[in-house]
Amino acid sequence: MKAMTSRSATEANQPMGSVQTIAVHHLSVNYRSVQALRNISFTVSSGQLIGIFGPNGAGKSTLIKAMLGLIPSVTGSVMFDDRPLTQQLERTAYVPQRSQIDWTFPATVWDVVLMGRVRKSGYFQRFSVTSRRMAIEALERVGMAAYRDRRIGQLSGGQQQRVFLARSLAQEADLFCFDEPFVGIDQKTEDVLFSIFRELVSTGKTVMVVNHDLGESITQFDHLILLNRDLIAVGDRATVLTLENMTRAYGGYVSFFSENAA
Amino acid sequence: MLDLLIEPLQYGFMQRSLLVAIIVGIICSVVGSYLMVRRLALLGDAISHSLLPGLAIAFVLGMNIYLGAFIAGVISAVIIGWIHTRSPIKEDAAMGIVFSAFFALGITLITTIQKSNKIDLNHFLFGNILGVTGAEVRDTAIIAVLVLLTVILLYKELLFYSFDPLGAQATGLPVQVFNSGLMILVALTVVASMKAVGVILVLSLLITPAATAYLLVPRLHQVMLVGAGMGVFSSISGMYLSYYYNLPSGPAIVLVVSILFFLALLFSPSYGILTHSKAIVEDK
Ligand SMILES: Nc1ncnc2c1ncn2[C@@H]1O[C@H](COP(=O)(O)OP(=O)(O)O)[C@@H](O)[C@H]1O
Ligand SMILES: [Mg+2]
Repeated sequence: MKAMTSRSATEANQPMGSVQTIAVHHLSVNYRSVQALRNISFTVSSGQLIGIFGPNGAGKSTLIKAMLGLIPSVTGSVMFDDRPLTQQLERTAYVPQRSQIDWTFPATVWDVVLMGRVRKSGYFQRFSVTSRRMAIEALERVGMAAYRDRRIGQLSGGQQQRVFLARSLAQEADLFCFDEPFVGIDQKTEDVLFSIFRELVSTGKTVMVVNHDLGESITQFDHLILLNRDLIAVGDRATVLTLENMTRAYGGYVSFFSENAA
Repeated sequence: MLDLLIEPLQYGFMQRSLLVAIIVGIICSVVGSYLMVRRLALLGDAISHSLLPGLAIAFVLGMNIYLGAFIAGVISAVIIGWIHTRSPIKEDAAMGIVFSAFFALGITLITTIQKSNKIDLNHFLFGNILGVTGAEVRDTAIIAVLVLLTVILLYKELLFYSFDPLGAQATGLPVQVFNSGLMILVALTVVASMKAVGVILVLSLLITPAATAYLLVPRLHQVMLVGAGMGVFSSISGMYLSYYYNLPSGPAIVLVVSILFFLALLFSPSYGILTHSKAIVEDK
């Protein structure tokens, strides 16, 4: 098996006897006749910033969705701390690809951030004072508090992405999944995203980020998962960014990136 | 002026039909707001056209015709979903196929039984609000309470689900249940509206007030409230127009709703075509 576990310094801070891990076993996903993922297995320890890479159509979004049980998988299991991840969804926060959101929806920034508190609030309950406070703090953390009452469609792409980041922060999750958060955003937002990912990871949270771009930001990730329908490689940058792996995933033309980045 | 408003109210049938028109104006706008934001306007149309065969079969069996209509509406939504998930046919095509088939069956059945029975196809197609009975007012009110309670009690969950279904599902919310629940709310609402405007025009009451409000206010609950206000205003003014000018009531209500929409389209402070000639329209 190609799976590989790397330990990070933060793991030492976790309670004894609970080495948190995400373990994916033999995951396969089909869309009708199309096989999108083939027998994916890997284990990563939590408290890391994990990058999921691969060309367009590689099955990156599919992997995240199947892990969270948003689409059915043909075979496979996904465990988080030795229990099925789908039974602990209250511990996860998912930010979909921006193309999946209807940006003309009649909702304000405030409405969207509060969505992060829906599950914690429970049915038939109004948002508590705590929930409102957490929503405001989350907005302040991403620098969007001043835009509270703006309609979501009136923001720039970067601002929209920061609002979704704030929503995920308000969820108080342990596992964060972002699908292509760097698409269509400004440099400032990219910096905000990475600095918050770092903060989350340093407090023991796990952050999984789908990214198809092999720019220099790849050096920000602790752990890489390289996909192209099959799992090509998983591990730290030196392990994953080899010429052979990159050629298998992307074809020959991007291979030289790997030498600088690794 | 006041006399003009009070005069029709001396008749019991006008009191009942105004009451039903107001209730229908409210629930259609509220439920229609979800259909609009989820881009399911066609589904409202599909479910309403699909009521007819259920109604006819219930009539023949001696059951409550509104119950039969409701069941047919739900079955049509289930079949649409089934075709959509089990075949490569797209949802809009599935809707077109199912609702025209149901509609054809309904018209065939009703035409056959109305030869020998006191049942009039036109009343279901175009509404017959002046013939509303006390029991029908009561049933409409019960449906309205059910619909509004559901929307109020589950507001924050339904907002999350309608804005970002995957994100909502990823937090563990039962989005499949919400999906079915929304179908049921739509079916209940169109059944309740059948008597007022008929199955052909109910789409207007579902979508137009919500779309009008969408041009005026930025948040979903505001869209629902303003939409409900428009629905009520249109229902009342449509009924009075119909009383004084001897117009058919359903179409009169729909015409008022549509005029309000075009006014908002032209003059909305944020999106009006005339008030914002260079407005940048958000990504569609
Ligand atoms: N809903 C769907 N129905 C059918 N095929 C799909 C669907 N979603 C994705 N696919 C296919 O599955 C493959 C993987 O898609 P995806 O996970 O979105 O890739 P990525 O996120 O890596 O770009 C692609 O070939 C895509 O065309
Ligand atoms: Mg993708």
